Amino acid sequence: MMGAIKNLSRRKVLRGMLGGAAVTVGLPLLECFLNENGTAYAATGKALTPCFGTWFFGLGLTPKLWVPKQTGNKYTLPDHIGVLAPLQAKMNLYGGMQVFLDGKVNQNHISGAQCQMTGIVTRTGTEYNTSFDTLIADQIGKRSRFRSLEVDCMGDRRGSWSARGDNGKSPAEISPLALYQRIFGPEFRDPNAAHFVPDPAVMLRHSVLSAVSEQRQALTQQVSAWDRARLDEYFSSVRDLEQKLQVELEKPAPLPACTVPQKEEEPDIGQLIDQVSKVNRQFAQLIAHALACGQTQVFNVSRGSSLSPLRERGQTSGYHQMTHEEPIDATLGYQIKCKWYAEQQMAMLRDFVQTLDSIREGDGTLLDRTVVYAFTDHGEARLHSMKDYMAFTFGSGGGRMKTGYYLADEGGAATRVGLTIMQAFGLPNSDAWGTETNHVVKPFSEVLVAA
Amino acid sequence: MRMQIHHLLRLGRPLIVAAALALSALLPWPAQAEMSLIRLTPEQYLRTIHDIFGLSIRVDDNKVEPGFRDEGLLAIGDRKLTVGSAELERYETLAQEIALQVVDAKHRPILLGCKPKAEDAADEACATQFISKVGLLLFRRPLTAAELQQYVSTHTRGAAQMHSFNTGLAAALSEMLVSPEFLFRVVRSTDEAAHPGTLQLDAYSRAARLSFFLWNATPDRELLAAAQSGRLMTAAGLQQQVDRLLDSPRLEDGMRTFFIDMLAFGGLDSDPGIDALSIDTGFYPKFTANVQADAEEQTLRTIVDHLLYKNKDYRDLFTTRDTFLTPALAALYDVPLPRQQELGGAVPWVPYHFSDSDPYIGLLTQVSFLSLHSHPGRSSPTRRGKALREIFLCQKVPPPPGNVDFSLVQNTSDPRYKTVRQRLTVHRNEPMCAGCHKIMDPIGLSFENFDTAAEYRRSENGAQIDASGDLSGKPFVGVQQLAQVIRDDPATTACLINRAFSYGTQRKPTAAEQSWLTRLQGQLSQSGVRWRDLMRDITLNPDFYTDVVPANYARTTSTLH
Repeated sequence: MMGAIKNLSRRKVLRGMLGGAAVTVGLPLLECFLNENGTAYAATGKALTPCFGTWFFGLGLTPKLWVPKQTGNKYTLPDHIGVLAPLQAKMNLYGGMQVFLDGKVNQNHISGAQCQMTGIVTRTGTEYNTSFDTLIADQIGKRSRFRSLEVDCMGDRRGSWSARGDNGKSPAEISPLALYQRIFGPEFRDPNAAHFVPDPAVMLRHSVLSAVSEQRQALTQQVSAWDRARLDEYFSSVRDLEQKLQVELEKPAPLPACTVPQKEEEPDIGQLIDQVSKVNRQFAQLIAHALACGQTQVFNVSRGSSLSPLRERGQTSGYHQMTHEEPIDATLGYQIKCKWYAEQQMAMLRDFVQTLDSIREGDGTLLDRTVVYAFTDHGEARLHSMKDYMAFTFGSGGGRMKTGYYLADEGGAATRVGLTIMQAFGLPNSDAWGTETNHVVKPFSEVLVAA
Repeated sequence: MRMQIHHLLRLGRPLIVAAALALSALLPWPAQAEMSLIRLTPEQYLRTIHDIFGLSIRVDDNKVEPGFRDEGLLAIGDRKLTVGSAELERYETLAQEIALQVVDAKHRPILLGCKPKAEDAADEACATQFISKVGLLLFRRPLTAAELQQYVSTHTRGAAQMHSFNTGLAAALSEMLVSPEFLFRVVRSTDEAAHPGTLQLDAYSRAARLSFFLWNATPDRELLAAAQSGRLMTAAGLQQQVDRLLDSPRLEDGMRTFFIDMLAFGGLDSDPGIDALSIDTGFYPKFTANVQADAEEQTLRTIVDHLLYKNKDYRDLFTTRDTFLTPALAALYDVPLPRQQELGGAVPWVPYHFSDSDPYIGLLTQVSFLSLHSHPGRSSPTRRGKALREIFLCQKVPPPPGNVDFSLVQNTSDPRYKTVRQRLTVHRNEPMCAGCHKIMDPIGLSFENFDTAAEYRRSENGAQIDASGDLSGKPFVGVQQLAQVIRDDPATTACLINRAFSYGTQRKPTAAEQSWLTRLQGQLSQSGVRWRDLMRDITLNPDFYTDVVPANYARTTSTLH
């Protein structure tokens, strides 16, 4: 039988009902806690929580070379994205889409990504709004230790495109070692451990945060109208942290796929391709294990700012500069080096997604209950084009999406992909999304599974 | 005071309300105060902890959201930042670590100021004494009675739960360290009846603005006492404090932080910060990790020595031959240096004077400028020209248009266009590109004698480099002449003055303030643009202690609501 600690209310903690006494729960380790397929808890029949993540790649792909000749679920994957072939059956590719500026100045390398994550194109590059991953986190991540995890593979804390509210993007973790400590350090509670003892020090911390939360009403009444939203977000952060500590005070449900990853040496963090690839792989491992261990349900991965200073060792300038400077080969009709860079990024995407797919969960894998959304900043980086966008989703989110499709929407809004994902996760008020010409009501229904 | 609170609480709810209203009269801020928030920067957080608790308190990695540049300054962008989930998680961890150090056996004899009656239980008297003392410094104003009670209660509960006075006290301290009253600089201000839309900072907010501007530090006890007594709100009292802060060696800290922001060492648009520079050592073997580490410090030492210790004119920073070098920098600049770096020893900084025949002159030929605004493997006149205009002249260069096509001119192996100048000239003939590039490239091309790593060169691909250029119609040849043009340009002084005011107030100047700043520019141009004079003029101006109601917000004139 799976024992459980009763939900610790704030009052109980404040009154010290547990008094810091150890509470031991004995668990038969060999008993299976999942159903036969590994998709739900055996005791309750409740499905394993789905996961969602974004994976940003700057500067798009080589125009036309990535476009399959057929649409639907029987298409041939072009060579330019051929590295993704092992994942084709679990992947959807979306193409032909557009980000509409509605008369605003194109904030190069910003407006496109901003729109696909927030549904909005703002007037300036410094404005930003709530990104839809945080809406999904609110839906599926309420009981997680971490509401979401943001990482950047190129050492840029500003690389993330995730934001809650309009007061700046969430900072990204740049150190795999620091992320390891954060997730699997001393505060980690192994869901498969036989015994669980709530830490009295954590109880005290939870109590302290509760006291901070209780100041909310008084301070909100005092703060000036123009700063109220920022104070609200601070208190939302307090709530998230209370939630994290609450989770650490409860015996987690067992997760057979959960194993603590090996602690690796901190890699060189930089902009060279080999460095970025290595960091990408390390973050992939950490995120995959964090998902499998129920530490979070949502993640965001980026590689530097959208200007992608990615560089090949020995080259005088980086990928971004190449997109503007490399001549188009007269015979081949494309920029040779830029194509190579794009394919390096696709290889990194493959590495990341395959890491999720490598963790078995019953009959399936971790990827099967995840949706990974890979998106970019321009349809054609050379021209800062807002047309011909491509995007990918990997995984079905636990059967919420069909996979294996190429869907083209020539001239349609790129926000359709975000809308599709939000509807797949059953977000309330997701019958429409986005503003102005980026406002969409029609998801890619071909890949949605009827509820 | 506490006896009064307990008595009132026992009398029941209606009187509790009355008590709260009575207490509001004892608040350290005006009843009709507006309250706005500016998040502490990581450096301010670190410095505050060390100022209050001492340098032996370890603070590990408080790097949070690095902020963004708005109107040319990170300081203005900071107004828009909040504390997100990941950041609060980091701050809460730091709060625990700091609090536990404060109460440990090494620090508590020095920091607590009292001994509890028993180590395994609460002691409200000792806790009250400590919390009041540090609360004043952490929140940059006295705690209210309600706050004091709240934190003492946390101590009492924690001590009871953990059977430890020290653990209970650490809990109270950690609660204060995650409070918005600490993590944000809370600016309280009131309506200025004479100037609707303008907010007058209260005494404590005035103290904080002054201290963070001049020292980049939390107000010390003397400044807080001046706020508490009301002296800081008088012209004489303000002058006394301004003079004290300007005379302190801590003025250097404030100056360094300002110039790190103004010179965009943390990054400018597509140019990465110095920490993130990725200069290819395959092409530039002298650009070692030591050079990267020393680049920012060379410029800051040059500025501090010139402006603070020698009290020289800011404009002469562009033409000075004096700087400080390390062995790594000396190798890069190809000059002899009498000192060597001892293995494991401190970096030896040596004052150095470039002769008139040396190509290196002023800030513009230092590594921190030249390399920061280049590509990893070759120079960029466009980036350097843009950076000069935006950083030193406060002139905004528009972003490139949506459908720009650079491929016309960037074939570096085309034998027709051997030098960057030749390639960019073709570029500037394109109507789509000319508008912006003609304001950047003619400046940037004059830097072409310096490669990406700031090493001097006379030719590129076998062709002699032509370093002629012009700045808004003023012709020059090479950086030596450019430096003089920049020095003499009124925009250079105007930019510094505007940046300083904007940095201190963390907003753009109003039209009225702009007029005053223009007059100040005229005065200082005549008398000399000296740092202490500039700081004194700004901090003695009443406008420095005002804020502006943002557009689209109605003025609030009610009492505490």
